[in-house]
Amino acid sequence: MAAKTDNFQHPDYYLMDELLTDEHKLIRDTVRAWVKKEVSPIVEEACQKAEFPKQWIKGLAEVGAFGPYIPVEYGGAGLDQISYGIIMQELERGDSGLRSTASVQSSLVMFPIYTFGTEEQKKKYLPKLASGDLMGCFGLTEPDHGSNPSGMISNIKDKGDHYILNGAKMWISNAPFADIAVVWAKDENGDIRGMVIERGMPGFTTPETHGKWSLRASATGELVFDNVKVPKENIFPNIKGLKGPLSCLNSARYGIAWGAIGAAMDCYHSALQYSKERIQFGKPIAGFQLTQKKLAEMITEITKAQLFTWRLGVLKNEHRATPGQISMAKRNNVNMALQIAREARQIHGGMGITGEYPIMRHMMNLESVITYEGTHDIHLLITGMDVTGIAAFE
Amino acid sequence: MKILVCISKSPDTTTKIAFKENNAQFDENNVQYIVNPYDEWYALVRALELKEAGGGNVTIINVGLAENDAIIRKALAIGADDAVRIDADPSDALYVAEQIAAYAKAQNFDLILAGKETINYNGSAIGGMISELLGLPYISLATKLTMAGNTATIEQDIDGGTQVVECDLPLVISAAKGMAEQRIPNMRGIMAARTKPLTVVSAVDSAKLTAVKLYTLAAGRTECKYIDASTPEKLIELLHTEAKVI
Ligand SMILES: Cc1cc2nc3c(=O)[nH]c(=O)nc-3n(C[C@H](O)[C@H](O)[C@H](O)COP(=O)(O)OP(=O)(O)OC[C@H]3O[C@@H](n4cnc5c(N)ncnc54)[C@H](O)[C@@H]3O)c2cc1C
Repeated sequence: MAAKTDNFQHPDYYLMDELLTDEHKLIRDTVRAWVKKEVSPIVEEACQKAEFPKQWIKGLAEVGAFGPYIPVEYGGAGLDQISYGIIMQELERGDSGLRSTASVQSSLVMFPIYTFGTEEQKKKYLPKLASGDLMGCFGLTEPDHGSNPSGMISNIKDKGDHYILNGAKMWISNAPFADIAVVWAKDENGDIRGMVIERGMPGFTTPETHGKWSLRASATGELVFDNVKVPKENIFPNIKGLKGPLSCLNSARYGIAWGAIGAAMDCYHSALQYSKERIQFGKPIAGFQLTQKKLAEMITEITKAQLFTWRLGVLKNEHRATPGQISMAKRNNVNMALQIAREARQIHGGMGITGEYPIMRHMMNLESVITYEGTHDIHLLITGMDVTGIAAFE
Repeated sequence: MKILVCISKSPDTTTKIAFKENNAQFDENNVQYIVNPYDEWYALVRALELKEAGGGNVTIINVGLAENDAIIRKALAIGADDAVRIDADPSDALYVAEQIAAYAKAQNFDLILAGKETINYNGSAIGGMISELLGLPYISLATKLTMAGNTATIEQDIDGGTQVVECDLPLVISAAKGMAEQRIPNMRGIMAARTKPLTVVSAVDSAKLTAVKLYTLAAGRTECKYIDASTPEKLIELLHTEAKVI
């Protein structure tokens, strides 16, 4: 499968670039240039083989994709939330699996260590996570507790100078190769606590999940804890309850809202080009009304999502973005991208199912993205609860 | 070694080119600018490599208005130490070269690098003009540049092969493909660029001797004609009468 030259250009129907700073645009161009050089040429093959290309880790670290908003003193780039969003958009334009790796490292591993960790934990882990010398994963979901993480059964027992951790986590991105895991488990009072588990701790294993049709360039696995002895200094001291993991998810979901726009843009870009070149019945298929309807709706939805998400970024920079607003954007944008991927696949006809074009890969990836970090329906119920004051998911 | 790298902006290669004012002016509406690739990928990156190997300082110079600061910051993010922008509209090659030469004269650079041309105007003029104005040797279209002490060894493509030239510093070189490989800035570089010095200098008096009167676009690709395999004589006839190539 010869990789074609990646000539992606982002659509900007409402001149959103004018809302960005020169530095935002430089960051975007940098990440895009890296994706074109290091990701696009091999991503199809990686997905076909279901392998995460490990060489991406160094590149992700260099372009600042690991903890871009973490302060410089801990190895981050100290950038704003719009920069973080833009980085996620460009990565997911390449592949949702690639973006997932960066989301997990930034929002689900570095963010909780930075927000809830002790000074020692921050110093020990953050700089190495930013440089990619350490890779992390995040264990919340369990085999029997997905949408309802508060029902989790993983638990820790206080043994004086340490805790003993038992339980299992499932569907954990980066688990198979992660050096550390941020794990959430209940203490003896039933409170959810967060902790850092290191590879090599006796009783801790990470079997890989095989046979996925989605996020094939991202490694997924389980975390199994069989009487793992956890030093007390590995526990986050300052957080108890579901608020801990949920605040991580807020940060990650915000990044996903931007990321999904990237996947949608890539599908739109490919569909627009293909439809202008593909001739049927003596004219480009872009000249048929039904194709134009698809393309016009795609660019409309992308434009709406861009403006919506930019505004969310401004609110996030001002620490005013609410979980409800983030849920709304994650749900809207991922669904938007998935619908666009499906329509774009139609426009590509038979070619759309091959690895010659990125469409089917994005489409299959987005099936995970619409499920993880809160399913499409759960986010709807969060908005529902937000506007009515009544929780419908309990 | 003190190195000066001349950079200019050019429209992103995917830009849709349009003109205004009766086709006498380039329409900048919605145009995304990039650092001219010959300047960035080859001249700047080779300058940085030389500095990394032997120490020194790499200064960026651009003749242009304030909107060019974005591409200058990019060059700083890639690794240049400092930058100078001569605050003037760069619309005539000799005018631009005079500005750069006037600045460089007082600074005693060991090496002045430019790209071989811009990808939009393809003028290939600036490097040669600067060398003339400064009375320095000029080597154009360099595909390779190595240093040994004060002596530069430069390779140039010539018809059917290459030529190797030796020249002592100070020297002006225009860089062509092959001299280095594109460097993508990293986040540390982007952050460092925030605080690197960018000095804005007023233009010296100099006349603009040329002005563009008219732009026309090259004819687009014409439609493909299919000729039935059973009538090859039709193809011969069209090649003769329409394409006029045989
Ligand atoms: C590729 C991949 C990577 C992942 N990475 C991670 C990771 O790194 N870390 C991590 O902790 N987790 C991860 N997850 C897990 C993910 O977050 C869960 O799959 C998700 O939360 C849904 O849980 P579930 O699969 O158990 O589905 P369930 O919760 O069983 O949901 C099944 C269906 O029921 C619906 N449903 C459930 N409850 C309700 C309700 N109250 N009202 C209406 N509908 C409801 C859901 O919307 C869904 O449609 C990953 C998942 C995938 C697929």
